[in-house]
Amino acid sequence: MPGTAGRDEQLRQFYKDMVLIRRFEERAARAYTEALIGGYCHLNLGEEAAVVGLMSALRPTDYLFTNYREHGYALMRGIEPKKVMAELYGRVDGVSKGWGGSMHMFDLTHRLLGGYGIVGGQLPIATGAALAIDYRGGDEVVMCTMGDGTAAIGAFHESLNIAALWNLPIVFVVINNHLGMGTTVEKSSAEPELYKRGAAYRMASARVDGFDPAAVHDAAAEAIASARAGKPYLLEVMTERLRGHSVVDPAKYRSAEEVKRLKANDVLRVFGEKLTANGILDADAIAAIEADVAKVVAEAADFAAGSPHPDVATLFDYTYATPVANDSRRLPGQPLFEPAPFPQTPFPQSGASA
Amino acid sequence: MTIMTYRQALHDTLRAEMLRDDSVFLMGEEIGVFEGSYKITAGLLAEFGEKRVRDTPIAEEGFAGAAIGAAMLGLRPVVEMMTINFSMLALDQIVNHAAKIYGMFGGQARVPMVIRTPGGGGQQLGATHSQNIELYYAFVPGMKVVAPSNPADAKALLLAAIRDDDPVLFLENLALYNTRGEVPEDDTPAEIGKAAVTRAGRDLTLIGYSRMAHLASEVAAQLAESEGLDIEVVDLRSLRPLDRHTIIESVRKTHAAVVLEDDWLTYGIGAEVAASISDGAFDYLDAPVRRVAMAEVPMPYAKPLETAALPSKDDVIAAIGQTLAAVGYRTIPAGA
Repeated sequence: MPGTAGRDEQLRQFYKDMVLIRRFEERAARAYTEALIGGYCHLNLGEEAAVVGLMSALRPTDYLFTNYREHGYALMRGIEPKKVMAELYGRVDGVSKGWGGSMHMFDLTHRLLGGYGIVGGQLPIATGAALAIDYRGGDEVVMCTMGDGTAAIGAFHESLNIAALWNLPIVFVVINNHLGMGTTVEKSSAEPELYKRGAAYRMASARVDGFDPAAVHDAAAEAIASARAGKPYLLEVMTERLRGHSVVDPAKYRSAEEVKRLKANDVLRVFGEKLTANGILDADAIAAIEADVAKVVAEAADFAAGSPHPDVATLFDYTYATPVANDSRRLPGQPLFEPAPFPQTPFPQSGASA
Repeated sequence: MTIMTYRQALHDTLRAEMLRDDSVFLMGEEIGVFEGSYKITAGLLAEFGEKRVRDTPIAEEGFAGAAIGAAMLGLRPVVEMMTINFSMLALDQIVNHAAKIYGMFGGQARVPMVIRTPGGGGQQLGATHSQNIELYYAFVPGMKVVAPSNPADAKALLLAAIRDDDPVLFLENLALYNTRGEVPEDDTPAEIGKAAVTRAGRDLTLIGYSRMAHLASEVAAQLAESEGLDIEVVDLRSLRPLDRHTIIESVRKTHAAVVLEDDWLTYGIGAEVAASISDGAFDYLDAPVRRVAMAEVPMPYAKPLETAALPSKDDVIAAIGQTLAAVGYRTIPAGA
């Protein structure tokens, strides 16, 4: 635990990181409406404290598996914002070279082992990564984040069961923003206090306030320490999603009062006000942070816009890691075979020599 | 060369690869203490211990996915799915993840894993335990699917699958486990993506894989003996990639083809083979391409019904006879 000065510095850094995620996501939303970004685009708006608190507790050598709401996680793992934005733009300098998009970012150097687009798909895989660490006797930990809806799928049960049976170094984190797309936790889980599911696997678990990055950090640190000692952990982080499920979702399932309450409780503003009230930040410092972040985000967008589109000639480069005979490289309109010469002997006799 | 069963070839190859490379480990249901439903892993738990021979809970999605994650970090898991029927519980992990990870992350992560699993019917196991759904995996770019029909290929293709950096579905067959054949001593892997002409001939091409390639060889030998027919046999060995060139080369020579498959005919592997022949050897064909495939029913339990549903040697011989008759200018030699 850092001293007071150290803790203040940590809180300032949390705030700065939260601003980066906020402004980056706002820029992504804008670029999406300008058709610079395609596909689905799920934002971390409202979840900044959760993302920052969790990521700050990991060592650089630890691994992260996450879902499709992942831009903030990629940034907090230390991946350059311009490479994250370039991926959103589908360009060659993107973190997945333009093959993954918003939902499928990957960077081995920063040990982001994937955003995964299928709900819960990352859980068994993350469990296997923890198995590999255990197999080799390493001291790294895997963190696997998911949304609240994920607690309902079979892979959740199978993965937590296997992790607990085999004492794997993994922390499962449920980011509970109360909503699947529009379905509430109460409508999708018979036990809506999701961290309690850990008991079924004799797995330590806890719930933490996702509006407080320091609390999230501390809870994550405890969970990670447990996992590093071979005791997997289930952590539930209570957050709110500020906007719709994705950029295109107008969130009509929310009442006017609900929207008003969300705005009043905006995690970034509330945390900034708290730090200001405690003398850790002031208006000038906040303005300076905003200016720095604005520059970084603008540079990221410029970089992404300037990065080349992938060359169509690379279309078949990533089907297989080990080259293989008879791998198809046919474009949609091409025939399977070049037209064959008409047979010289269209009516061969049985037993005739070649 | 040693004569051994298909089962023994698989067992010995797994063991040899585990001795050679300590990143190779096994996971699956009942593969350790119980030594495997079909005893492929007999003795391996005792020799290698629980770390490398892992009994899993009944959680196909969970352990298939765990193999993916372990493979991404550089291990070489060999997963046993007790039968291919149960692999559908892991379809999301295999199709949406194992097959996609190399591509969707821009070539940054490899998934060197093998899923060994037997298909096949004929054991009165009923509708849910007698399927041949390898097509589900062979359909998907990013997957490699191999299907050995004999002990030598069981060894050579398993070596190739384990040493490959991509996810490989390794199709075994219940009816083949006790078949015997020569297996070379050396450990040269087969080339994935290559079919084999296992018998040269000029009258007609029989094309199959797994049990049906085995059956094709039997039928070709029998008809050579009894009818003097000179039948070529193409054993596909690899369902993805599919070696269309070997198929086409053979059909351009023989001018007639019968495709054998244990799966259902409609949309089956044979349909792809027949369409490939149409694309690559249309002008060479002297008769329509015939397919011999399972009847399109959920597999019944009662023996006469099951027998009727499965392609038999007689079905294959009848299809060959009809194809040669359709050729017209050829007659089946006297004594047919």
